[in-house]
Amino acid sequence: MTEVTKVETTLKDWETDQEVRWCPGCGDYAILKAVQRTLPQLGADPANTCFISGIGCSSRFPYYMETYGFHTIHGRAPAFATGVKLANPDLDVWLVTGDGDGLSIGGNHLMHVLRRNVNMQIMLFNNEIYGLTKGQYSPTSRENTRSPSTPLGSVDRPANPCAFALGAGARFVGRGIDVSKNLPDVLMAAHAHQGAAFVEIFQNCIVYNKDVFDAFAAPKGAELQQLWLQHGEPMLFGNPKTGPIKGLKLVPEKFSFEVVDVEDGDWEAAGVCVHDATNRMLAHMLVELPFGEFPMALGVIYDDPRPTYESAVMAEKARASEGKDTSLARLLAKGQSWTVSGTAQDPA
Amino acid sequence: MATQAADNPALKTQDGHPDAVVVRFAGDSGDGMQLTGGQFTLSTALAGNDLATFPDFPAEIRAPQGTLFGVSAFQINFGSREISTAGDAPDVLVAMNPAALKTNLDALKPGGLIIADTGEFTRRNLDKAKYDVNPLEDGSLAKWDLLAFDISALTIEAVKDFGLGNKDALRSKNMWTLGLALWMFDRDRQPIIDWLKAKFRSKPEIADANIAALNAGHAYGETAELSGPLKKVHVDPVPAEPGLYRTITGAEAVSLGLVAGAQLAGLPMFFGGYPITPASSILHHLARLKEFGVTTFQAEDEIAAICAAIGASYAGQLGVTSSSGPGIALKGEAMGLAVMTEMPLVIVNSQRGGPSTGLPTKTEQSDLYQAVYGRNGDAPIPVIAASSPADVFECAIEACRIAVEHMTPVMLLTDGYIANAAEPWKVPDPETFEPFKVEFLTENNNPDVKVLPYKRDAKGARPWIKPGTPGLMHRIGGIEKKVDTGNIDYSPENHQEMTDLRKAKIDNIAVKDQGVTLGPDGDEAGGKLAVVGWGSTFGPIRRAVDNCRKRGLDVSHIHFRHIWPLPANSGELLRKYDKVLVPEMNTGQFKTVLRDQLLVDAKPYTKTSGQPFKIAELEAAIELALAE
Repeated sequence: MTEVTKVETTLKDWETDQEVRWCPGCGDYAILKAVQRTLPQLGADPANTCFISGIGCSSRFPYYMETYGFHTIHGRAPAFATGVKLANPDLDVWLVTGDGDGLSIGGNHLMHVLRRNVNMQIMLFNNEIYGLTKGQYSPTSRENTRSPSTPLGSVDRPANPCAFALGAGARFVGRGIDVSKNLPDVLMAAHAHQGAAFVEIFQNCIVYNKDVFDAFAAPKGAELQQLWLQHGEPMLFGNPKTGPIKGLKLVPEKFSFEVVDVEDGDWEAAGVCVHDATNRMLAHMLVELPFGEFPMALGVIYDDPRPTYESAVMAEKARASEGKDTSLARLLAKGQSWTVSGTAQDPA
Repeated sequence: MATQAADNPALKTQDGHPDAVVVRFAGDSGDGMQLTGGQFTLSTALAGNDLATFPDFPAEIRAPQGTLFGVSAFQINFGSREISTAGDAPDVLVAMNPAALKTNLDALKPGGLIIADTGEFTRRNLDKAKYDVNPLEDGSLAKWDLLAFDISALTIEAVKDFGLGNKDALRSKNMWTLGLALWMFDRDRQPIIDWLKAKFRSKPEIADANIAALNAGHAYGETAELSGPLKKVHVDPVPAEPGLYRTITGAEAVSLGLVAGAQLAGLPMFFGGYPITPASSILHHLARLKEFGVTTFQAEDEIAAICAAIGASYAGQLGVTSSSGPGIALKGEAMGLAVMTEMPLVIVNSQRGGPSTGLPTKTEQSDLYQAVYGRNGDAPIPVIAASSPADVFECAIEACRIAVEHMTPVMLLTDGYIANAAEPWKVPDPETFEPFKVEFLTENNNPDVKVLPYKRDAKGARPWIKPGTPGLMHRIGGIEKKVDTGNIDYSPENHQEMTDLRKAKIDNIAVKDQGVTLGPDGDEAGGKLAVVGWGSTFGPIRRAVDNCRKRGLDVSHIHFRHIWPLPANSGELLRKYDKVLVPEMNTGQFKTVLRDQLLVDAKPYTKTSGQPFKIAELEAAIELALAE
């Protein structure tokens, strides 16, 4: 993969002339701006950037980015993106999907793009609802979600996108919130990660599932409900103005965490763990923290790169081709052959 | 009816030089009959005969031993004249067990030769084959010649010096049988010996045992000739055009054709596949051709396979995907996206018996409707059908050419028969192929304003723009797009115009005029009956029409390669005949297309048994059509 030279751009350079057609107040607007703000900081080149999406509200995203864009079919964006990366590993690919597109109809492809570790950023906009089809419950909807297709409340349990990603073998798992100022940092870390980087973005569908994440996403009291993780830093949260800073402490005998108060900033004395983004077991625990008892783990939860799929494919292809005869004429004649001489009328 | 040949097995010609012989090897699916057939095919090709083969095996990998449904057979027709089918009825049946005898006996010509392994005709195996009495002993085989002896024991004897257990020793039974067949048809053993040595390079004792079995079978022929019905038969080489030849199966030919097509387009090839019978072998062949710029991708499912191929085309490679009926059904939505985004793509469909899982290992032509009509919306794509293992090479190149020149997905139809069957192939010289090098758009086609990704050329094709090209950023997708700009546009007049443009683009693809395959052509074309075919029915139709013409019947054979769009002269040509008969291995699908597109009174003649047409049944159908 060739080193890409950094290109100087501003947010405006990433905006298209297309009218944005999301509902006014939709969380997607905030994510769009966050991405358009992140790309200039990365020195990304619009001509070398490709947004690929499936179907759903989130998947309209490529139309609003002044880059190459491919709005594909429902659930299959990871497969298209895999083909794109295998054909041109130098392209900077961003995949945009949602909870329905990525975890319902496209769950299989999402699993395999993560397992294979194709180098791209995968943004899953999770709003726990089907928006574009007018409000049916989705695979991340909580139990008892009332929707047009579940008028008495849904009875099936929801999937946890980050746990799914880890289970599928993802080497980068991050979480953000549409309106959070930290979202660009998570996206930049995802971009820096070589391999499939999975980012779940809690996105507010103001029409069909308004404020469903308020318990941790609402500005009021957010500090107590959001644990922003940073590699090498203690896992602290809370607001010193309203009470003691809190932290996560490991309880080995229960193989669990507990929330502890930190006195005078001495988190070590309180036994607070330091976040290690390369620790896969820790990542599993963090994405499964029961919300309520614990805050929502956000930021870069896991980041431990492995060689990418496309680099392995290229390397294998190069090895297999080394010193090989590439004459088409000889390929066609390969195998046991025989020569007929003379003429058809008079065979030798 | 042309049945006189059936009473006169090729083995009994006066001079011992028949012009064609049909041999069927049949045994348990674990007996290695496909391997035996394949090697016999090779030796036949090396002897200079024309040939056609028909492998017929069960869907189960190892069906319970000795059962009727576990029988695997390989039929080969070879001759000193042109061979166009694997033969209606065998002259020789090699039956490795009672089940193989029972399931294949009906096909054997009266007076034909049965070679049976008595070692396998045990009470247990007879029960499995539902024989109350041993047919080798009750006189029920009287109308055939029978050569029954203990091949199993002879094989064990032949390999006893190699220290193999009985089970391993018996694995060489197929080579013993092959040795006998090689003796019978006066063939050189050396190429097979070379092949065995190469195949078992890491296990020389296995190679030696197999070679010993092969030699023992051959030697047995010498002795048996003195006393039994076994005669040495010599099939002379076929007069053939000078040149280099090899045998080729359809799966090999399609792989080579795709490689050639990608090279002619000047593009690397990306092949997305998912395992499915009988299409998997294309994936297997291409996976070994990485040095030719081929990337193969075994996707998580059929849908991902085509989507990744479209993604690769989008990024500037030649995307190819392949499957069989059920997998093609899964790919339908993505094909629609390739139509909408006007992306080059080749889809190979190795048809098999359907619907649903149907007959995975048997052949049928029942995906024609699916190929032509099987997508949501008005989504026309060109459809090409290959008529033989060798023809599929040219068809694959043609599919690549149309895909890149017209920016469209193209479906190439083959079938289980073509995929697995082998025939001699005159190796073409790549220098003679016409290149169709792709030119990507690299400069803005709408200077000073935004690029127009849907601005069309004279053929109606849009430009191919690779992501990564500076200044040409644009968005495409499955939503209806505005003429020229490609921006989302749902307006009524725009959808009408885009639908018309997509249709016109495909309708106007220049397809070579349809000629008469066998019969008077050009200004002379016309007559009482045209037998119209497509795909793998080529061989039997050609032979049947040829036989009928030799008997003075006014019948011609017209075989279509281009199913959609049809050649422009098709209607005019077919109207020159009083009657049009369309034999198909489906319930009449091409007949429907012909009627609809050309308003000709095409009559169906159909068969859906999972088996190719027999020449005799087609001759009967021709005679009936002429008599009506």
